[in-house]
Amino acid sequence: MLDFLKTPVESFQDFIILSFRAIRNIFRSPHYTDDIALQMEIIGVGSLPIVLMIGLFTGIVMTMNFARALMQYGTQGLIGQIVSVSLVRELGPVLTALLVAGRNASGIASEIGSMRVTEQIDAMRALGTDPTQKLVTPRLIATAFVLPLLTILADYIGLIGGWLIAVLVLNIGTTQYWSTAWRILAPNDIVQGLLKPFLFAIIISLVGCFYGMRTTGGTQGVGRATTKAVVVSSVWIFVITSMVTRVFLWLADKHYFGM
Amino acid sequence: MDAGTPVVRFEDVSLHFGDTPALVHVSFEMRAGETRVLFGAAGSGKTQLLKVALGLVKPDSGRVYLFGQEITHLKERDLFDIRARVGILFQEGGLFDSLNIADNVAYPLLNQPALQRSGTPAGNGHAAPAPAMSVDDRVREALTFVELQQTVDKFPSELSGGMRRRVGIARALVTEPALLLYDSPTAGLDPITANTIIALLLKEREMRNTATIMVTHRYLDGHLMGHFRYNPSSGKMERASAEGSSSVKIFVMQEGRLAFEGTEAELETTQDPYIKKFLRHGSA
Repeated sequence: MLDFLKTPVESFQDFIILSFRAIRNIFRSPHYTDDIALQMEIIGVGSLPIVLMIGLFTGIVMTMNFARALMQYGTQGLIGQIVSVSLVRELGPVLTALLVAGRNASGIASEIGSMRVTEQIDAMRALGTDPTQKLVTPRLIATAFVLPLLTILADYIGLIGGWLIAVLVLNIGTTQYWSTAWRILAPNDIVQGLLKPFLFAIIISLVGCFYGMRTTGGTQGVGRATTKAVVVSSVWIFVITSMVTRVFLWLADKHYFGM
Repeated sequence: MDAGTPVVRFEDVSLHFGDTPALVHVSFEMRAGETRVLFGAAGSGKTQLLKVALGLVKPDSGRVYLFGQEITHLKERDLFDIRARVGILFQEGGLFDSLNIADNVAYPLLNQPALQRSGTPAGNGHAAPAPAMSVDDRVREALTFVELQQTVDKFPSELSGGMRRRVGIARALVTEPALLLYDSPTAGLDPITANTIIALLLKEREMRNTATIMVTHRYLDGHLMGHFRYNPSSGKMERASAEGSSSVKIFVMQEGRLAFEGTEAELETTQDPYIKKFLRHGSA
């Protein structure tokens, strides 16, 4: 009767096993530092231009829209606060993660999937290498390290975009914009703004690797794995951000971290 | 390992993927210097037999022994030391796209934990160990063996299918393994290249007395392995005996079962319609 649940439950179980092994391998030899550095370059440096561009335009668009609403109440001077909180808490982490998911979860799934269908994964095992250690763990470490950094940069460049509109369009002073933008940020905002990209990074890298490792059915299978990796990691990004936001709002209500 | 110990032993091994049988109660054993040639229709379980022999796939039931040690329930990390004594050529080649040819061939030397500890080839347990050579020297020797020494700096995508297959052979034998597993080494190749590949397999067998399991669809491959030898002075294959070597046996697989096990002469006399398909004058 519950046969329809068998496949998703087995998939989830396999995902948990892969995640456990990948995390355990962080503390086991051998450590493939060259692969970690290479993945940091691919994921971090490679994603930098698009992340900066999207961050800038997000700040610009958000400032223009919020300013229109605030002007009705004559409170456009608060624009720095609103842009700052929105970017640091939600939009910076989520948009950066979605970009990296689209660019790198797909890349990871297609690369590992191609290796799978051409028997390179089997060859790796036959030649004395644990594919989880060689392929999954370096991608996990690299993504977990660079995604928070990319998010910080996206937040900052978004604030610069907001500042441009504030100064050039809304005639708000530079000092007023930056002081309100900075002062509104509580430890609660900073912590969740950095925790979220860290959690997203774990999901993006592991989901990409998981679907890559399960690829079957030749080049068509690689295409399917790539699509699934992007869709599933994107959905999980929204699920996680909802959960983390709820937890931090609860913490704020209890006066932890301040707000 | 004792000289009389089988290199590979399958005891009633079965494997299923869902409802599809891949191996059904397969039992056999082979010793050093022996050759098994596996025929069978697509999906009959040939590749899975090789993967189970290497511990890449765990059987549902039965036991698998490599060099006298049961590997059926060994953990992945514990298998690495045993796998260091086995060379395998995958059907798809299994060469790493991101590495050049030299790095591909050097990969087992640099990554097999057992070889890193000992610093010497795995050895077949019979020949004297080779003197210590550098990784570069061993890679060059292996590539020279397959006559591709000029390709060291190239990448797999720059080579033809036959050349990639020969690089795969070089990578399989660079560790001087005691057991070699070849999955369809001649599939998709023209007859001249296919015969060159078989000549290399014969050359390896003659020089190192290696146990060999070869999956193939070409009847001629089995015939050459059974009746020919490699002549080092002429560098070509030559007929060894008319009646065929007793150390070469042919397996025919049908839906996961070993439907036939015997010599080429016995295969020729079979009346089973499925098995007859694999004869050179069969009706397939």
